[in-house]
Amino acid sequence: MRGLLACATLARRAAAASSTGGASTAARRHLAGAAEAAEAELKKTALYDFHVAHGGKMVPFAGWSMPIQYKDTIMDSTLNCRANGSLFDVSHMCGLSLQGSQAIPFLESLVVADVAALKDGTGSLTVFTNDKGGAIDDSVVTKVNDHHVYLVVNAGCRDKDLAHIGAHMEAFQKKGGDVKWHVHDERSLLALQGPLAAPTLQLLTKEDLSKMYFSDFKMIDINGSACFLTRTGYTGEDGFEISVPSENAVDLAKALLEKSEGKVRLTGLGARDSLRLEAGLCLYGNDMEQHITPVEAGLSWAIGKRRKAEGGFLGADVILKQLKEGPKIRRVGIFSQGPPPRSHSEIVSGTGENIGEVTSGGFSPCLKKNIAMGYVKNGLHKAGTEFKVVVRGKQYDAVVTKMPFVPTKYYKAP
Amino acid sequence: MAMAASRSLWASRAASYLKISAFPRAFSTVLKDLKYAETHEWVKVDGDSATVGITDHAQDHLGDVVYVELPEVGASVSQGTNFGAVESVKATSDINSPVSGEVIAVNDELLEKPALVNGDPYEGGWIIKVKVSDAGELNSLMDDKKYSKFCEEEDSKH
Repeated sequence: MRGLLACATLARRAAAASSTGGASTAARRHLAGAAEAAEAELKKTALYDFHVAHGGKMVPFAGWSMPIQYKDTIMDSTLNCRANGSLFDVSHMCGLSLQGSQAIPFLESLVVADVAALKDGTGSLTVFTNDKGGAIDDSVVTKVNDHHVYLVVNAGCRDKDLAHIGAHMEAFQKKGGDVKWHVHDERSLLALQGPLAAPTLQLLTKEDLSKMYFSDFKMIDINGSACFLTRTGYTGEDGFEISVPSENAVDLAKALLEKSEGKVRLTGLGARDSLRLEAGLCLYGNDMEQHITPVEAGLSWAIGKRRKAEGGFLGADVILKQLKEGPKIRRVGIFSQGPPPRSHSEIVSGTGENIGEVTSGGFSPCLKKNIAMGYVKNGLHKAGTEFKVVVRGKQYDAVVTKMPFVPTKYYKAP
Repeated sequence: MAMAASRSLWASRAASYLKISAFPRAFSTVLKDLKYAETHEWVKVDGDSATVGITDHAQDHLGDVVYVELPEVGASVSQGTNFGAVESVKATSDINSPVSGEVIAVNDELLEKPALVNGDPYEGGWIIKVKVSDAGELNSLMDDKKYSKFCEEEDSKH
């Protein structure tokens, strides 16, 4: 039934996230699939009962039953993350270790990052590319040491990522390459974000967190269990992602909430989406897809200098050519009037000509106005460029703006 | 056509999962003299004029309303079909008209203060007034008791 409570941007995003198709039509067709999946068995994280006990509204997301929000509204949750802090269960995401003397050269054949150049215990955002230079997934990669890299990939991309990495690994091994993998299904992943993240976490570990900067990684004891700690996140705030043995996940979540004296609040996927959009971060399946290259997505900075010179990853020919000549389309940030644009809203010029498409959009709880990101033709991507976005058949004024929309507060090394 | 396509995007069976209410919530307010549609709009009839809005239950599930799209005065609406939209932080939702007729007034105040839909759904948050063309249609709507039960049943399905 169509009506007030029969619509769901987020449910549709979940459908898109689990789709492997690139075109928007493919994502649309997956709606029916998502509904069926919703009714079939959904995977539950170790914190499922904890979410329900805390008022989590559970929804299907990429094959998992995840909290979209708790008792706080998405508006309040988003604001509280930036004022105090948020705790998210992101255990649906897939943690993966690659180990072996050639783990790094192997991974570099599939991603654009200069993994070899990373210092031990540091990481970077990267992109898995296909042979056309399009994005298979984005991922945070950490070089633990010369023979161990740790990755976290998107829940919705898990199956295709593992199939992709697995197939290439088999070929690599056949040629005598020394690499093996371990999927961390024994672990859960919590994201602690916001200004109270560090002071709260500090109460649960002896490690001096003031010496740990954005993108740093450590294997340390937190609340009595052996955790992988990365100073990273998906909100634009300072914060951490904590990979914890699943049997200790609920205790850790409880301890974090308790130590913050209730200021850090459980936060669901709804506010997480608002937060990442305000921070100008891509959502794979919306803002990045199989047919979008890292250059078009504005992630050229994530392509290592050596990789730009040498290539050696899938689709390097396409990507290096785009770096030289400029891409045909570019991801931009947008402010707009009228109703909030959502993904697939058309972008048109003042004369009504199609010039692009919105890939994510909504109302910014922090800025109290509409924000969106989307792709427009190269040349129309500069801040201040005016055009229209079409929402339900009507055109509304829009203007390109720099991202992030809300200033990021990463804890960077001095 | 583009409009129809974008509309169809919002409608999804999966979406019904957004209605999940895993914690006991306070009862939403339901007013006695109103009639209610299954798509969670209310209508208050005064002679041949009907005021339409969305219910307390609906606004509670939608969360913070950030934009209300209104029709033009003079537009015709028909029972069970869409005439506008409410945007919350998380989603876009169609508003269907519980009655057929001609729009004789729209609540312009919502353009500046969409949150009236949350704070005052039955008074300040009204959406349109319609000159009713077929009073018989009102018989197909629910009264307050039926609607309360309908909401309970819908919530308990999830």
